Amino acid sequence: MPVIETKNLTYTYPGGKLPSIKDVSMKVEKGEFVLITGPSGCGKTTLCRCFNGLIPNFYQGEIKGEITVTGLNTSKKHTYEMAKHVGLVFQNPENQLFALSIEKDVAFGLENLGVDREKIRQRVDWALKQVGIYDIRERSPHEVSGGQQQRVAIASVLAMQPELIVLDEPTSFLDPLSAKKIFAVINELNTKLGITVVLVEHRLDLTAKYASRIIIMDQGKICLDGKPRKILNKEETRLLGVGIPKATLLHQELLENKLKLRNTTPLSSQELANFLEELLKTK
Amino acid sequence: MIEVEDVYFSYPNNVEALKGVTLTIKEGEFVAIMGQNGAGKTTLVKHFNGLLKPSRGLVRIDNVETTKTSVAALAKNAGFVFQNPDHQLFSETVEEEIAFALKNFGFKKDIVKQRINWALNLLGLTQYRKTSPFLLSGGERKRVALASVLAWNPKTLILDEPTIGQDYRQKEKLRQFILQMQTQQKTVVIVTHDVEFVAECNPRVLLMKEGKIMADGKGTEILTNQEVLNQSSIVLPQIAQVFHKLSHFGLPKNIIDLYEAKNILLKTLEKRQ
Repeated sequence: MPVIETKNLTYTYPGGKLPSIKDVSMKVEKGEFVLITGPSGCGKTTLCRCFNGLIPNFYQGEIKGEITVTGLNTSKKHTYEMAKHVGLVFQNPENQLFALSIEKDVAFGLENLGVDREKIRQRVDWALKQVGIYDIRERSPHEVSGGQQQRVAIASVLAMQPELIVLDEPTSFLDPLSAKKIFAVINELNTKLGITVVLVEHRLDLTAKYASRIIIMDQGKICLDGKPRKILNKEETRLLGVGIPKATLLHQELLENKLKLRNTTPLSSQELANFLEELLKTK
Repeated sequence: MIEVEDVYFSYPNNVEALKGVTLTIKEGEFVAIMGQNGAGKTTLVKHFNGLLKPSRGLVRIDNVETTKTSVAALAKNAGFVFQNPDHQLFSETVEEEIAFALKNFGFKKDIVKQRINWALNLLGLTQYRKTSPFLLSGGERKRVALASVLAWNPKTLILDEPTIGQDYRQKEKLRQFILQMQTQQKTVVIVTHDVEFVAECNPRVLLMKEGKIMADGKGTEILTNQEVLNQSSIVLPQIAQVFHKLSHFGLPKNIIDLYEAKNILLKTLEKRQ
């Protein structure tokens, strides 16, 4: 059973004239790491809100087509029920943190579900350790750095042990090093714990190497969907205004200039450096 | 011209956000301020339009000390776009949002109309003219905030994280616009974490750390200095990463530009082939 399955999903916000997503049909299987990108306003965030039932339960509006997430019909389940299965992390962690201590923030979701005390303790400690903030658990989430706040937000959804984590530009307020670390944490959740990840992100230079698949949206529709190397190498991707990582672009430029470089699209600076090294070594 | 002399600033909760900052930004300069979360970047630029006044030291804008004039007077010269667009948007339609400052500054009706059209077009928002800003996506709202400031064509433009939520095409438009501003001798100051954007613009870069300026120089110089970048939680731009990894083959480390990178690699490798 796929973790996410949509058929002709179309949604219009209340007061919106045009649908924000149109005829979206997609499947995400367990264990995938799906990167969703596309021009600003293309419907990425709207699609994410469908995955945990915020659309239509909270945002109202008009929804057509079908969507099941972790086997559940999101329109028929309460958001708190969906929260057991799907964790949503927003762009700005300040929007979701509120408790007096980090561990209380992380425990909140479980307390609400009426999980017993001992189990909450275990899960909270586990989640805090997974993202590397166990040592600061007693501090206020509002006095730690933006990078750590983002880890708190991730730990909060992780404590629920969801099958799916959806992250909407989770590092856009962070400095580059903190962002890099957060992406590494997300990657670990995927590879070590087998959690399915859907990540919305513009900065493919930081994330393409972790993705098993890239989906590109434009004007509310899915227009490209495939393996990262294939997608990044397509002319259409560039034409849609997607920021191709510089290492990938440099590789394309060098190939066009007939350099006998390995013909695999690099997803990171390390990969490109490795290909170039092969040439530099052989005199 | 913006002159900052040994400025200290503490927030009411006694957090000292600036600890002795001195710098000068000349007219027509393009400056990117970078650094870790909490380094004092936003606090510093809020001094450039008088939103904040120094606790110690002084800030002069065009030879006038900010403590001796009003924010309203300063605001006319310096347009400020906040990090979070929701902190500045309030109108019912995108058009009204852009019109607000223009009307306040007393522009004539036809000029207001003209400037609105110009700004909508520049930021790709024409189709949303009659839409509520709050129905737009995060990236689009950011552009509405930008449009509302660009529309009145301020002499100095201060943009806090202008590229958040923007796709590559929008960033490229922003870059072109900033270049255009420079040809008109306008000053542009951006606060940003976007290393790749800064690498493409190659402006003067100020690195901040813990309320102080840690490094100040051309983008090519600062963005390829791994040591100072590490200390400010910034990573090398991707092109520089490639060249750093290959430096033991005698390749230069101070490369951030795609085409310069291509030419150097072609030259080096053609010699060898």
